[in-house]
Amino acid sequence: MRHHLILRVITKLLVGAIMLFAFYVQFHGDFSPGGGFQAGVIMAVAFILYGLVFSLHNVQRVLPPWLVHKLVALGVLIYAGTGVVSMFLGYTFLDYGSFVPSHPSSGQHYGILAVELGVGVTVTAVMVAIYYAFAGRPPRLSDEEW
Amino acid sequence: MGFELTQEYILGHMNYWLFSVLMMTGLYIVVAKGNLVKKIVGLNIFQTSVFMLYISMGKITGGTAPIFPLDMEIDPDVIYSNPLPHVLILTAIVVGVATTSLGLALIVRIQEEFNTIEEDDILKIERAIVQAENAIHGDAMGGRA
Amino acid sequence: MLVLTAVAVVRMRSLFAIAMLSGVFSLLSALLFITLDAVDVAFTEAAVGAGISAVLVLGTLALTSRFEKPTKRSPALPLFVVMVTGAALIYGTLDMPNLGSADAPAQLHVGPDYLERSVEEIDIPNVVTSILASYRGFDTLGETAVVFTAGIGVLMLISGLSRRRRRDDEDDESEEV
Repeated sequence: MRHHLILRVITKLLVGAIMLFAFYVQFHGDFSPGGGFQAGVIMAVAFILYGLVFSLHNVQRVLPPWLVHKLVALGVLIYAGTGVVSMFLGYTFLDYGSFVPSHPSSGQHYGILAVELGVGVTVTAVMVAIYYAFAGRPPRLSDEEW
Repeated sequence: MGFELTQEYILGHMNYWLFSVLMMTGLYIVVAKGNLVKKIVGLNIFQTSVFMLYISMGKITGGTAPIFPLDMEIDPDVIYSNPLPHVLILTAIVVGVATTSLGLALIVRIQEEFNTIEEDDILKIERAIVQAENAIHGDAMGGRA
Repeated sequence: MLVLTAVAVVRMRSLFAIAMLSGVFSLLSALLFITLDAVDVAFTEAAVGAGISAVLVLGTLALTSRFEKPTKRSPALPLFVVMVTGAALIYGTLDMPNLGSADAPAQLHVGPDYLERSVEEIDIPNVVTSILASYRGFDTLGETAVVFTAGIGVLMLISGLSRRRRRDDEDDESEEV
């Protein structure tokens, strides 16, 4: 009989719901409290929960460390890239009116969406990378001493 | 001083004083306690109290959260609380968690190097290292390492 | 309640309890933020304080020790410093506007201006997001860079180096539950 049966079953049910909630918070940041940071943290918590209950080795099979390290940089690239794209289109840095010149508020919608996506990706990847770094060290105290 | 100690005055300033007390508790933990992990937690308490002070300055009596209704029909009688402090504190919270994680990573490395995370023991070990260095290379460096 | 939690952190010696108390403090402050109409801030504080910070402190405890050694220094000087700083803070807030007053200088200039401009220019219901991502987009870019730098810093400090792991292969514990 494996240990912590209740934890394993509940975690399998919850991880999907947590990820769905993270996506909801990310894309509804315009309409309700939310946005990139909160969504990034919640998505990272889904992975951390899975890594706490099942082992670190299993969660690193789902999301390998090299991918996480690349995602850390990808988010910042998306954010700064949005600014640079608007510079290429002839406007100033981070001017969202450049995306749909005839209808500025639609351009703002696209710009905010892209920017929040970049923020969410970076925050998720950084939190998961920090967890991998902390959990990857061999622990000093065994489980019985806790 | 130019103010009267009326009840309205006390109630209106109670939040500043309460959050100052919380801030001082956090500061006391950072200054007085020797354990490094406790210092980091005290720093967190200090930061959160500063956020509370700041957000309380943005509240308007009778106001509501600064989110418009979904169909964007703005009712001109509704007062909204000031959204600008919220934005600044949102940034500050994330920066706070970044510093906390870096501080904890440093503590893990300190534990591996000195085998302790109590500040007094670390100071003793460092002084012993300095004295050993002085004994070996003292004359070449003029008596001080 | 908040003051009780903070005082408990001062007095307790078990670091595990302190990790839990810091999570409790974050959640209580999230409740306080909701009563102050700051819903975005409450959301972030609850997620970050109870989700990430508590997990990181626990992870640090697993790699260091569990108890705090009783300190031998006298608390007189720190108490004095804290009292002086507290008195200075309270003196500084004596002539600040009352809580919730609508004619405080902070509510007069930029805040209502953003609230009005956001309706025509950006047209999304959540004003905090519109300020965060559009009007103050540079700050958010800097903040993302700070998170990025913190991640890189932690990775440089303690990424599980493979040679360390191969060296500890004799006493390795493969499963962490």
